[in-house]
Amino acid sequence: MTLTLQVVLVVSAALFSTGLLAALSRRHAIFILIGIEMMLAAANLNFIAFWRFSPQSQPPVGVMIAIFSIAISAAEAAVGLALVIAVYRHYGTTNVDHLDQLKG
Amino acid sequence: MSSAAAVIIAILMLAAALAAATVQKLMHATLSFALALVGVAALFFLLGAEFVGLVLVFVYIGAVAVLIVFTILLTRRDVGNDRDANWGGALLAVAVFGGLTWAILKTQSVAIVAPHIRTLTVKRIGEALMTGYVWPLQCVGLLLTAALIGALVLVMEEKR
Repeated sequence: MTLTLQVVLVVSAALFSTGLLAALSRRHAIFILIGIEMMLAAANLNFIAFWRFSPQSQPPVGVMIAIFSIAISAAEAAVGLALVIAVYRHYGTTNVDHLDQLKG
Repeated sequence: MSSAAAVIIAILMLAAALAAATVQKLMHATLSFALALVGVAALFFLLGAEFVGLVLVFVYIGAVAVLIVFTILLTRRDVGNDRDANWGGALLAVAVFGGLTWAILKTQSVAIVAPHIRTLTVKRIGEALMTGYVWPLQCVGLLLTAALIGALVLVMEEKR
């Protein structure tokens, strides 16, 4: 049995849903960041899968987009974690349920 | 390309991801997250994108996971319990997974096997980065610099 694109796409969808679960059901800000990173990794997996299962292209567009996407998600993680530290300094908590000062 | 290896790697990766999403302790969740990313990198290797797999390992496990661990250590006193499960989020995640899987299995044009393509060498990636993708590469470099300077400014101590 050979690998089809469907299998990879279903795996990627499962990883995305797991990331969504972590981002939605957790209250700790770092858990939410981990969930977002998992969703980005699932997107990268889709890029690589579509590159591999489509006819040859020169340059390899899917690989290029995956590399740029990894760089951007690294920048996002750095800024997100810096925000977590700044919020912790300011409020003394990283529980996102307690950060409701803008609530009407 | 055999399906068995991919399925085994995918099961291990999804188990680690699920652990990262549900474990109570932050440190364990971070380690599970790193393990899940190793699984994603292994899938990249299997799909023939070795360079991207290595980049993923270096960037995510070498930098992002370590950054998360440092952030956990810096915000250590806040160990409030995260116990009360949010069932709405779980329900939405299951619904999204169901919808995506339904759409993928229904689409016939993605039920294809991989064609034979030339192996992707680092030379080809480098040539593409230095010719057609110079402009995006410079933009990403600028974005990374700006983001890291911004992160530094955010965590600097406020002067009184």
